[in-house]
Amino acid sequence: MDWNLIFRTSLEASIGVDAVIYAIAAIGINLQFGYTGLLNFGQVGFMAVGAYSVGVSVVYYHWPWWIGLAIGLGLSIVLALLLGVPTLRLRADYLAIVTIATGEIIRLIMRAAVLADFSGGSAGLSGYRNEFFAETSPFDRPAQYPGFTWVDWSGEDFWVMCVGWGLVAIFSIGMWQLMRSPWGRVLKAIREDEDAVRALGKNVYWYKMQSLILGGTIGCFAGFIFAMGKGSIQPDNYATAVTFFAYTALILGGTATIRGPIVGAMLFWFLLQFVEQFLGGLRDEDLISADLMSDSQLGQTRFILVGIGLMLLLVFRPQGIFGDKKELALDAR
Amino acid sequence: MDSIRRTRSGLRPARTIALAIVAGFVVSLVSLLAGGAAAQTPGNVTGTVSADGTAVEGVSITVRDGEGAKVGGGFTTADGTYTIPIAEPGDYTVALDPQTLPDDVAFAPTALQVEITLDAAGAVVDFDAAAGEEPPVGGGEEVRGTLRRPNPDTQVNEPVAGVTVRAELDGEPVGEAVSGADGTWSIPLPGPGTYTVVLVVETLPEGVDLRNEGSDRLTKQIVSGQSSPLLFQLGDRVNRATDSLYERSIRLFFDGLNYGLIIAICAIGLSLIFGTTGLTNFAHGELVTFGAVVAILFNDTFGLHILIAAPIAIVFGAGFGALQDLGLWRPLRQRGVGLNTAMIVSIGFGLALRYVMLYQFGGDPRKYEQYQIQPDGLDIGPATISPKDLTSMVLAVAVLVGVALMLQRTRIGKAMRAVSDNRDLAASSGIDVQRVILTVWVLGGGLSAFGGVLLGLDEDVTWDMGFRLLLLIFAGVTLGGLGTAYGALVGSLVVGQFVILSTLWIKPELKNVGALVVLILVLLVRPQGILGRKERVG
Repeated sequence: MDWNLIFRTSLEASIGVDAVIYAIAAIGINLQFGYTGLLNFGQVGFMAVGAYSVGVSVVYYHWPWWIGLAIGLGLSIVLALLLGVPTLRLRADYLAIVTIATGEIIRLIMRAAVLADFSGGSAGLSGYRNEFFAETSPFDRPAQYPGFTWVDWSGEDFWVMCVGWGLVAIFSIGMWQLMRSPWGRVLKAIREDEDAVRALGKNVYWYKMQSLILGGTIGCFAGFIFAMGKGSIQPDNYATAVTFFAYTALILGGTATIRGPIVGAMLFWFLLQFVEQFLGGLRDEDLISADLMSDSQLGQTRFILVGIGLMLLLVFRPQGIFGDKKELALDAR
Repeated sequence: MDSIRRTRSGLRPARTIALAIVAGFVVSLVSLLAGGAAAQTPGNVTGTVSADGTAVEGVSITVRDGEGAKVGGGFTTADGTYTIPIAEPGDYTVALDPQTLPDDVAFAPTALQVEITLDAAGAVVDFDAAAGEEPPVGGGEEVRGTLRRPNPDTQVNEPVAGVTVRAELDGEPVGEAVSGADGTWSIPLPGPGTYTVVLVVETLPEGVDLRNEGSDRLTKQIVSGQSSPLLFQLGDRVNRATDSLYERSIRLFFDGLNYGLIIAICAIGLSLIFGTTGLTNFAHGELVTFGAVVAILFNDTFGLHILIAAPIAIVFGAGFGALQDLGLWRPLRQRGVGLNTAMIVSIGFGLALRYVMLYQFGGDPRKYEQYQIQPDGLDIGPATISPKDLTSMVLAVAVLVGVALMLQRTRIGKAMRAVSDNRDLAASSGIDVQRVILTVWVLGGGLSAFGGVLLGLDEDVTWDMGFRLLLLIFAGVTLGGLGTAYGALVGSLVVGQFVILSTLWIKPELKNVGALVVLILVLLVRPQGILGRKERVG
């Protein structure tokens, strides 16, 4: 078995495009779920809004990419309001059901054949990112970056990673400042005891709404990076499993901590890639026969492992690897 | 005393959970192994697009089956590679869309599509612009296809056998073929040229007709070495388009009733579990899939009739429900795990279970043996109900009435309602709450398995059928009022009608969207649901 290859690809995955996408998405979920206690299971919906806004703006309307991003941010605010208005006054599980349903609605509409000219139907969109790279990227397309290290990426991937990790840094610093502010303390107080906050005269509903909107727009940025990093937007890449992956990454790293989403996403992708490569290696050496596990089953195994991992984490170590148990008030009410 | 009890309840559940999770998956794996062995696994079509050795990005690649229907597509990435997952093995045409090529790259027309036979290992198709410039090797020209028609009841495509297809060149017949049991036909051709392929209408079986009049001949230019798939569109001429709105509404009403009853059967279990334990169980859809898959296992693999396989599936489903409560949820309750944590645990559990199903069952839809072909149905006004749907509806109503009687009349039913109403009060009045919850899980598991079998009759059995239904189940339960058994029934019937009747105006592919939108709207005006009690819920 080629351990060098396994570790290299796992390391690449842990700081590559996928990790950065999930880190950004998880920062948004951390604000909503970790700090405010909102169960938004539709983060993938916000990501789809971000990705499709850019894709459709460039491919269908021939507008510049940054107009698409701006439209995406506007639409995610609208989406957050749509989700929040009926559910934020209700019990937590209503928001969970409505958000998971909305994420699916967005995916089903985007993949509908009726809208194939607009959103590309089930095949999706492509060819929208050339302008973005031409205008912003300092790197050559075919060259390998950084070029002198053990792990390398193409110019495109490397630029997307730079932008993505830059966004992660900005969001994390912003989140750190926000959570030290009076506003952040109100959010944490809502998570701990909503009625007490209400009794103090704060408008709980509006604070929750702000948290939902802010987390959603961060999710929209994750979708933007998703679109730019992959070169095509395919509706089935925006299924509910994405949200659950992001939750798993967040809980792994530690809910309600600043570093949680970042560490969690990196660790999550490292483990995912490592397990897949390791199983693939075992099979190449006939330690697992190909009848028992085909290529596609190899891919399915990681979903099974994520599911079991999420359960075990919540039962045995709900604060994650670096989390603080005191900050964890999943079930305050 | 107190400290001893605390140690026991603190340690033992932890170990039990770990054991139960492992045991649960071992049991699922083993029980599904027989079914999985027969199932086919999907493969990937992969390859690169290049021009003189340089990768070409953003080129659209399409995979079509023998009928010309698109089964997958994708775009090349920056390094010119693409990967398209295909659900089932078979013969496919992989085509490159020349319109998505950059201006300076051109392909010879013959190099734009490639015929492949896909197996579980996948297939590699590389497109290179330089390769297209050389004339391809001649010989082996043929036209071929698969004759299928949608079953009027299920809308699932069925093969049509014994139909003669003839190829003509300049009006002279050059070859003939008869479609086989799987509906396939192929005619070898003498060489390149423009051929007319004729379907001999007289050889079509009773009740099968061309979908459009005059579409019995297709003209196709065949280049050297090409094997071209052709599609004849078949379908009994029901004149769906000319049916009046009234007739279509009646027909869809019965479809919707059937669908609503299936949702209701699955929803009652979810609602009772929520009522007694407070758990919003996102793994409930997998109970539904489990029932359908176990039924397939006994029906298809072991060859039992569906009427025998279904009760077995229900027993397995009830056992699966009991196992879940004993092995997972009861220890979690004893650990004092909160409801929101439990909800996320159920998401992880559902995700893992779903992919265990896919792993073992494969991605292909399957059907129950006895329902491959349907006899004539029963006419009610303008609508025709197939015996399958009628049986399904009668059984569903009987089961629902049985559950209602149980809840109203029997001791355990009353206990369930009491625990739902006020758990602490029920416990202090001498009801064994844990036993009631276990009964609810058994009942919920059995009902969901039954719902899964019925859903498998209505559609096909797939690995994610329960998950796709889950959102509608939630819609029904929330619409009726979370935690009320009768509310779940009413809400589900409304959702079923809404989903099916909405196809009068919107495309079927968007039918679930309407139901979910209605769910959100109802929460705006009546958050407690139709039958829910008005209370402050937030």
